[in-house]
Amino acid sequence: MVSAEVVRAAARPQRVRFGSLRRALRGLADSVLASLIGLLFGAALMWVFGYDALGAYAVLFRGAFMDPEGLMESMAVAVPLILTALTFSIGVRAGLFNIGAEGQMYLGAIGAIIVGSFMTVPVPFHLLAATASGMLFGLLWSLPVAVLKLARQVHEVFSTIMMNWVAYWLTIYLITYFLADPSRAERALPVKETARYQVIGATLTTVVIPALILALASYLILWRTTVGFEIRVTGSNIEASRYAGIRQFRVYLMSIALGGLTAGFAGASQVLGRPPSWTVYATLGNVMNIGYEGLGVALIGRNHPIGIIFAALFYGGLIHGGRFMEFYYGVASEIVRTINGIIIIALSVPELASLLKSAVRRGHGA
Amino acid sequence: MRVPNILLSRTLLIAAPIAGVALTSLLLSLMGVRTLGVIETTLLAMTPLVLAATGECLNERAGMVNVGLEGIIVISALFSVYWAEVYGSGLMGLVGGVVTGMIAGLLLGVLGTYLRANQIVVGMGINVAALGLVQYLLMAIWAFPGIHIFPRELMLDRIMIGIFGEQISVSPVTLFAFAAAVIAHLLLFNTKAGLWIRAAGDRPEALDVAGINVNRLRIVTSVISGGFAGMAGAFLPLVWFGGLVKEISAGRGFIALAAVAASGLNPLIALLATVVFGFSEAVAYSVAITPGVKEAVPFYLIQMSPYILTIAVLAALVKTRRFPRYLGKPYVRE
Repeated sequence: MVSAEVVRAAARPQRVRFGSLRRALRGLADSVLASLIGLLFGAALMWVFGYDALGAYAVLFRGAFMDPEGLMESMAVAVPLILTALTFSIGVRAGLFNIGAEGQMYLGAIGAIIVGSFMTVPVPFHLLAATASGMLFGLLWSLPVAVLKLARQVHEVFSTIMMNWVAYWLTIYLITYFLADPSRAERALPVKETARYQVIGATLTTVVIPALILALASYLILWRTTVGFEIRVTGSNIEASRYAGIRQFRVYLMSIALGGLTAGFAGASQVLGRPPSWTVYATLGNVMNIGYEGLGVALIGRNHPIGIIFAALFYGGLIHGGRFMEFYYGVASEIVRTINGIIIIALSVPELASLLKSAVRRGHGA
Repeated sequence: MRVPNILLSRTLLIAAPIAGVALTSLLLSLMGVRTLGVIETTLLAMTPLVLAATGECLNERAGMVNVGLEGIIVISALFSVYWAEVYGSGLMGLVGGVVTGMIAGLLLGVLGTYLRANQIVVGMGINVAALGLVQYLLMAIWAFPGIHIFPRELMLDRIMIGIFGEQISVSPVTLFAFAAAVIAHLLLFNTKAGLWIRAAGDRPEALDVAGINVNRLRIVTSVISGGFAGMAGAFLPLVWFGGLVKEISAGRGFIALAAVAASGLNPLIALLATVVFGFSEAVAYSVAITPGVKEAVPFYLIQMSPYILTIAVLAALVKTRRFPRYLGKPYVRE
């Protein structure tokens, strides 16, 4: 019985064994290879339009990783990416394709602004309350996805994308009509001093600490709790999970709700933990696309919370370094997003690295 | 939660949207909105949806899923304008859009068959890549961020058609889209090729035994689907908007996908669904520009209506649909 085997395999305690180490290394090889493919594609794209690709990449990596200021900025960019990538990967672990982080993080930002800018809360609790409110809003926005999936079998790709667009217009509406800064109408009122995370350096704030804790917590939930176990069994083999008597209802609801919480925190982190704006612009410029980019980060990080942290730093570095590329070489920094897309496409192929290896071997006529 | 059978009968399925559209039109005309304008905009708004949905119906019948329609629409819109400017002709622009879409469809086709890639991931990769690529190319080609307006004479002409004793302008592309949906329906259910396509999604092993290359057939439908999405992309700037913006598609690729899912992969029912979606978009526009109405209804809220409607339609219909057994799964000979 295949299904019983899978249940037993998933139930085995996760110790560092050579098998799992080899698997992790193979995953790493895939991610590195895919990233190289993405970067090569980006270079080709620059070359076609007559840009100096090597020079552009040189300033990108130097600006993003080679000095403390740049590294801190890359980390600041990485923080929300970690969180939206968690949303996606917790979905994948349950067998869901949850791309709702985008809209849930808009709502998370709104939740943080409502408490952070418009409410008076005793000082020690203000930041906490604003953060919690952001997470709660993200959670609430994720629930319709679960309901539609469970009650009406609407595939989460559709419901999340549509909810993202509804969130987009709703957020602009709320900012314009209810939350606008009276002195500057193009943005929502910035959060009060008492609801801000402490600046460490560049635009990096202490919000990075709860973000990392959340990543660690998702790891513990997925690999050290019953719910996490049920989520992983359902994701790896739905037949086996039925056979084991796991209630899909609980698994999908938990996975989507946990994703809503982290996505909500991602939105809140851009408001409560990102100078200089401490708010959201009515164009949504400083929260837009982070949800979709989290998808690439999750895949590069092999949908593992710890892998995601490093993947987010890598991709955050690309985004931050892209600004230098734009400044010095005139290459539109959005090319980084194209590179991300190509990396995603490359990682869609299973066993990318071993596939290439066998192709090379065949090429040598062996 | 069970939907009563009467709600699923074909008659009602066809009558309900028509009644809904008629009722809303009546309401709008009472509010002082120009009805003919709404019809024209509906036709414009539904065309890219019909095109993308028609191609995707064929594709999904063959067992492929192209979640990248959105990205293909965006990137084809850009290349269609580029071709139109290079060749000085809107028609060449349309061709350029179709070719761009076909290339993207080929990529998905090859990855999703021979390389056994996860098609949903490929599609989302195309979407993410396209969003960045459009902004990069807008800068690289026209050196202006986020938006490009091209000369008006490159736009494709519309023709005047008499309806209810009045003249409305319709693009030939719209008429082509309707014809394509009908032809796709006939192809799927009345020809041998259609039988093969359906078998590729439901019984690939049977098709394989019959001597048809399943993977190659799927690549063909994927290229067709990409080409249709590419035409949808070209339609937006060259027939409708007269310019490019980075978020030109605004979720249309996904709405088309939703129409496909709600229709149960049936091109004609998908066509009907796109009428409803296109109409809701047209109503949103008219409400936003009609004096006396626009003050009462916030613009941003009315913008949500196509997306909410899409969710509602899916919630009502998807559960009752049956999809190919091998939808989105690569075929591996055992």
